[in-house]
Amino acid sequence: MKSLKKTRRIQVILVAVVALALSTALIGYAMRDGINFFRSPSQVVETPPVESEVFRLGGLVEEGSIERGQGEVIRFRVTDGGATVDVVYKGVLPDLFSEGQGMIGTGTYMNGVFEATEILAKHDETYMPKEVVDALKEQGVYQEPE
Amino acid sequence: MSLWEYANPKKFMQTSQVLLPYFAVLAAVCLVIGLVWGFFFTTDDYRQGATVKIIYLHVPAAMMAINAWVMMLITSLVWLVRRHHVSALAAKAAAPIGLVMTLIALITGAVWGQPMWGTWWVWDPRLTSFLILFLFYLGYIALWEAVENPDTAADLTSILCLVGSVFALLSRYAVNFWNQGLHQGASLSLDEETNVHNEYYLPLLFCIAGFVLLFVALVLLRTRTEIRSRRIQAIMARERLG
Repeated sequence: MKSLKKTRRIQVILVAVVALALSTALIGYAMRDGINFFRSPSQVVETPPVESEVFRLGGLVEEGSIERGQGEVIRFRVTDGGATVDVVYKGVLPDLFSEGQGMIGTGTYMNGVFEATEILAKHDETYMPKEVVDALKEQGVYQEPE
Repeated sequence: MSLWEYANPKKFMQTSQVLLPYFAVLAAVCLVIGLVWGFFFTTDDYRQGATVKIIYLHVPAAMMAINAWVMMLITSLVWLVRRHHVSALAAKAAAPIGLVMTLIALITGAVWGQPMWGTWWVWDPRLTSFLILFLFYLGYIALWEAVENPDTAADLTSILCLVGSVFALLSRYAVNFWNQGLHQGASLSLDEETNVHNEYYLPLLFCIAGFVLLFVALVLLRTRTEIRSRRIQAIMARERLG
């Protein structure tokens, strides 16, 4: 770089920045499905994956849909507002897993049921002290975050 | 008066000597206030319980990990364009600090993720680009050591820094580009409604200020060390000749 004149150095850097931004954008666009961590219920219902494919499904646990079966088996529905997918899972759930909250499961889609082998809870960006939530609930103005 | 005056090593040494103690003391004050307030005088979160307190280390460390790289990018570009040695040395000095900040953010994030998400690590876009940023820091430091000629080393690391900025910016904005990831969006917001509750926000602001000041103090200190080691090398080279 030293051998170049100052204005030429600036030009080279500008070209490099543009090329870098462009290539990043193209790679990001081309690989967006691979980079996205999970699929939404709508995507799964629209284009159902083959039975052998292991993928991640993410969405909100539908209110009132959790059914605890025998042993550790648990059934619930996952929704994204557009479509709903039945999920069955056997195992221990993370602490934050509850109705109306986000979750991401790994597993396969068979006969319209997502059989999960692993469940993660998705935390949203709301942070509130317990006391404040209790007070809001008492006044009846508390709304469950999305 | 011009900003470029401080690119003169002598002027830089004089000014940084005066400023350094102020930054160091302010950093200590902010960190002590922020961390003690955050750890001992805030209540538990309604869903996370006491685990919420990791925010006081994780968020400022992650911010500084990215900001340190942006600072290195700016000083590297100044070096490439204007050839000020102090600028290149400031970038070199900042890298290990940024590396440690990245490591803190990765570790605290894993410790938070285990009880909250149910996993230490996932290949989520944001987490992955942050790990790549960590590797870029390692590569950047290694490249400085690997090249004998200091000017060539500064040139090459500057270009590495330019490329690494992709991942520094991605780890900040990945949640906006690929919204189907595990990591939540930013909790801090200028919009009062969506911002994290004041209970956590105020101590967090002190922690962020503390991390910024600590970073500035450490960069000044390490840049001074780098300048001195350059001077020693110059003296030794002269003696060998004479």
